Amino acid sequence: MKEDRAEHNSEAVRQYARYKRRKVLVGLFLLAALFAVAVYSVCAGSVRLSIGQIVDALFRHGDRMHEVIIWNIRLPRVLAAIIAGMGLAVAGCVMQCVLRNPLASPFTMGISQGAGFGAAFAIIVLGAGAAQSAGLAAILNNPYAVVLFAFAGSLIGIVTILALAKFARLSAQAMVLAGIAMGTLFSAATMLLQYFAEDIKVASVVFWTFGDMGRAGKTDVLIMFLITVPALVYFMLSRWEYNVLEGGEETAKALGVNTERLRLVGVLLASLITSVSVAFLGIIGFIGLVAPHMVRRIVGGDHRYLIPISAIFGSLLLLGADTISRTIMPPAVLPVGILTSFMGVPLFMYLIWKKRKQY
Amino acid sequence: MDLTLRGVEFAYPSVPVLKGVSFELNGGEMLAVVGKNGSGKSTLIKCINRILKYRSGNISVQREEVKNMGRREIAGKMAYHPQKTSYNFPVTVFDTVLMGRYPHSDWSGDKEGEQRVWEVLRLLNLEGLALRDYNEISGGQQQKVVIARALAQEAKILLLDEPTSDLDIRYQLEVMEIIRRLVKESGISAIVAIHDLNLASRYCDRIVMLYNGVIFSAGTPREVFTPENIASVYGVDASVREHEGTVHIIPKRPI
Repeated sequence: MKEDRAEHNSEAVRQYARYKRRKVLVGLFLLAALFAVAVYSVCAGSVRLSIGQIVDALFRHGDRMHEVIIWNIRLPRVLAAIIAGMGLAVAGCVMQCVLRNPLASPFTMGISQGAGFGAAFAIIVLGAGAAQSAGLAAILNNPYAVVLFAFAGSLIGIVTILALAKFARLSAQAMVLAGIAMGTLFSAATMLLQYFAEDIKVASVVFWTFGDMGRAGKTDVLIMFLITVPALVYFMLSRWEYNVLEGGEETAKALGVNTERLRLVGVLLASLITSVSVAFLGIIGFIGLVAPHMVRRIVGGDHRYLIPISAIFGSLLLLGADTISRTIMPPAVLPVGILTSFMGVPLFMYLIWKKRKQY
Repeated sequence: MDLTLRGVEFAYPSVPVLKGVSFELNGGEMLAVVGKNGSGKSTLIKCINRILKYRSGNISVQREEVKNMGRREIAGKMAYHPQKTSYNFPVTVFDTVLMGRYPHSDWSGDKEGEQRVWEVLRLLNLEGLALRDYNEISGGQQQKVVIARALAQEAKILLLDEPTSDLDIRYQLEVMEIIRRLVKESGISAIVAIHDLNLASRYCDRIVMLYNGVIFSAGTPREVFTPENIASVYGVDASVREHEGTVHIIPKRPI
């Protein structure tokens, strides 16, 4: 009997080891897929390039025009999609955990719209980064002022919701409702600004609401990287805290987690990485909601795996959507926000449907 | 002395819950907190590990004031079993118990953590459930898993809020026996808030009986579980018998 049990135990231990190995394999597989899509994305476009030409251009001994295409257009675009996808997915994952709400994400909680409003305010009212020329070439001169305002805008929304949650003791459902309300308010405020703005500024603002990977230049990508990656490192270091917080507020406190600080820092950093991506690329809906939920279905809720794999998966989704958006109807480039929403809304509906079944 | 409470008072806004609670607990001792619903049992437990901040009085663990300790430090000394645990997302049984290792982990994790989790799962006969989703197992199994998490924490003091409320009679006995064995063998101490007076009487060395936030009676089960005390605190007519050295309470009717 005793031997039986020992065997059974070691079988359970082996199963757990397999279970963990499977998560690592999923991560590695998604990473390989991301690499493949990134390579394809750099190749694909109105000027098709071979892998050989890319390697030559990367080491700067290829065709001059190819170098310009790769270094100034394709690479910043691909990197922007990877960094923003990563940031939005992890922001959603962390918000779902710290707000203890499966429907929390930068988009549903109104952070994206708040950031969009902040950016619009900076452009239209303060004239930061006045748009030069019209149409697709609208470029923002001073992205830093805009980033700052985008961040402030995103904070107004989330701080309002957090304050309501604390003082009015909102339930999880009520918090999402409050988030949607804040998002609507910000969208309305942005429209109001547009209504009174000059055409050229309106054009610049309208592009925010679509989301466009092509807008980011090399410096913008660097800024996104410098803000997003340290935040991801912090999130990874806090993975145990997030796991413990899954057990509920009281359990987490009893296990030694400063839940108030964890929630505050988590929401602030999630807002920060959302607002830089919104400031540079515009509003990209639903990546933050979709990616963590899909990853949870595959690898479970352990944040040691959930955070890095959500990051990879978010990058893959956004880069994939962007690659489709610019290769599906060449030479036209569809705004990526449209594609991510087309992918995200059905999943959102499915989640609502699934929640209904639990009662 | 492992744990000392002196004149602990706590109030929710405008509603006083604890009004000057004092007692002591030694290593190797198991203490039950009993009382009717709303008498302050859970509040008392949450004040001890500072989930709730008590208004006045003091609580010290191994002569150190709990007020001056950080959350992690408190978690290193006291493990807690909350009344209810539920998750928004799928979490396996193993990962739930692994949460108990948090106070022992640093940035890289907890090297011996997984080993310890397996030991505790085996102790409570839960290893077969390790990879099941916590939300999908029965209420009784969930309760055992939460007890396992508290044990994995390897603390000097166990604070257990209704650890047997969802368990059938076999599991009730099994869990209380495991806790008592741990207390006696490893010299830790346990405070159990519990409704079942017979379990309290059978397994606990001492009883603290709360009534409207004050200690109505404290002492051994024989001293506390008298028909008079039960009538005053619970409003129940009960007879008390002794069988094989244990006091048994037989409730008859509400007064």
